[in-house]
Amino acid sequence: MSKLDKSDVEKIAFLARLGVDEQDIPEYVTNLSNILDMVEQLDSVDAEGIKPMAHPLDAVQRLRVDEVTEVDDRENLQAHAPETADGLYLVPKVIE
Amino acid sequence: MQWEVVIGLEIHVQLSTKSKIFSGASTAYGAEPNTQACTVDLGLPGVLPVFNGEALKKSVMFGLAIGAQINERSVFDRKNYFYPDSPKAYQISQLYYPIVGEGHIDIDMEDGSQKRIGVTRAHMEEDAGKSLHENFQNQTGIDLNRAGTPLLEIVSEPDMRSAKEAVAYMRKIHSIVRYLGVSDGNMQEGSFRCDANVSLRPKGQEEFGMRAELKNINSFRFVEKAINVEIERQMDILESGGTVIQETRLYDSEKNETRSMRSKEEANDYRYFPDPDLLPIVISAEEIEAIKQTLPEMPDAKCDRYMAQLGLSEKDAKALTVDRDMADYYEQVQLSINDAKMAANWILGDVSAMNNKNGLEFKDCPVNAMQLTGLLKRIKDSTISGKIAKEVFEAIYSGEGTGDESDADAIIDKKGLKQITDTGAIESIIDDVIANNPGQVAEFQSGKDKLIGFFVGQVMKASKGKANPGQVNQLLMKKLKP
Repeated sequence: MSKLDKSDVEKIAFLARLGVDEQDIPEYVTNLSNILDMVEQLDSVDAEGIKPMAHPLDAVQRLRVDEVTEVDDRENLQAHAPETADGLYLVPKVIE
Repeated sequence: MQWEVVIGLEIHVQLSTKSKIFSGASTAYGAEPNTQACTVDLGLPGVLPVFNGEALKKSVMFGLAIGAQINERSVFDRKNYFYPDSPKAYQISQLYYPIVGEGHIDIDMEDGSQKRIGVTRAHMEEDAGKSLHENFQNQTGIDLNRAGTPLLEIVSEPDMRSAKEAVAYMRKIHSIVRYLGVSDGNMQEGSFRCDANVSLRPKGQEEFGMRAELKNINSFRFVEKAINVEIERQMDILESGGTVIQETRLYDSEKNETRSMRSKEEANDYRYFPDPDLLPIVISAEEIEAIKQTLPEMPDAKCDRYMAQLGLSEKDAKALTVDRDMADYYEQVQLSINDAKMAANWILGDVSAMNNKNGLEFKDCPVNAMQLTGLLKRIKDSTISGKIAKEVFEAIYSGEGTGDESDADAIIDKKGLKQITDTGAIESIIDDVIANNPGQVAEFQSGKDKLIGFFVGQVMKASKGKANPGQVNQLLMKKLKP
């Protein structure tokens, strides 16, 4: 039995902004469903009273001192961008 | 049908740190575009966020100030969405384990009573950059200076029942963050922003109606207006038998209307999950207690103290304590002149009126506490009358003076405003006034007591306001009714 159907795969692809070929969708349905089946095996473990882990490492976050350590590197960083103007990164028009 | 309004607010407070929440780039406002956006803020491959301890401390301070549960362990999650001003395609936020749990604040109602508003939670997150749509054809300019600025998002319970209550709640939160110094609360610069969830339900019904979310309303005045026009819109729909749809709406202050944000119609599905780049944030009970010790006196406590210790009315005490800058100013003046009532009257009266007229916040008041102290001392020792004092105050306000306590004295000297207390001098003015107004004198002496005001006025006018009013009254009576 498949966990997911075609519309689930289409939705996931849309949320991730991935283009998926129509002919490949059945294969994704099968593979992604199999992954869910595999993960579902964890349901058989008694996890009563166990706090969900936030991270595989048993460690806590180190805190940074509140100091400005970065200098302006705009020229260098914007050299990687396809298009810039007046110090701004330009992207295709986004209308609210 | 009778409708009940239900409002919940989400307030985004920019925490006043020097550097960003996950990088060492500056958060200073107003820099040239993208000069404060480093590789972490740009989300370049291979970079890692490192959490700013000051953002944690300031968030905890807020939680403690509203009597909230502080979670000793909190976790950052990724909120996934695509928008060009969020270069990583996710925002680091806290969904499942926020730093601040349930708390509450009390707001003042119009009838003088208080109402408790629940705070569901407050969580830390990073701000996005800015999109500039105006200046480019078919393109949008992106400034990422603001990306990664630390925010505390404060989420209320749906406990408010009118736009006025929502504004009172927002003002209270604003006052609290300013007192704590965790944010500058500057709304023009976007340091304090508000989203409002608004819905209506038939009065008496338990279940909530369908809500609309109003986005980014950037002043207290607009919050009230935006909520009120949204209430009207929903009421029109419901009254005519329609249904309100759940959506995000933008408030247009020029047209005074809300309109749908079409781009967000796609159902939100943020697929939150714990950020694998960040470990859990842990703070011990001892560290929380140490932060608690650093909290300043909060507005409610200060207000109570002004009433109990200084004998101020509740109205005055409240008005003085809303803004920490005003309260600090008041305390400095009050301590120096040792007259709680006089200091309160001046600060809530002339000083506030002048600031309002000039559109200035108290922190930018051109007359400092020392200058006002110098002025009020001269009223107290009868060097000048209260009326002349206003003239001196206006002179100091308009920049005459050097910022010292002695400014009032210098202006009084220069302009010759010193009060006339010499009995002989006042008597000679009175004699002139009596001689010039025989008609009024006769009327007064035949029993028209109210005319005393006329004589006082004439004498004050002749002395250019410099005669001591008490003495004038006394001497007039003596001369008119021997």
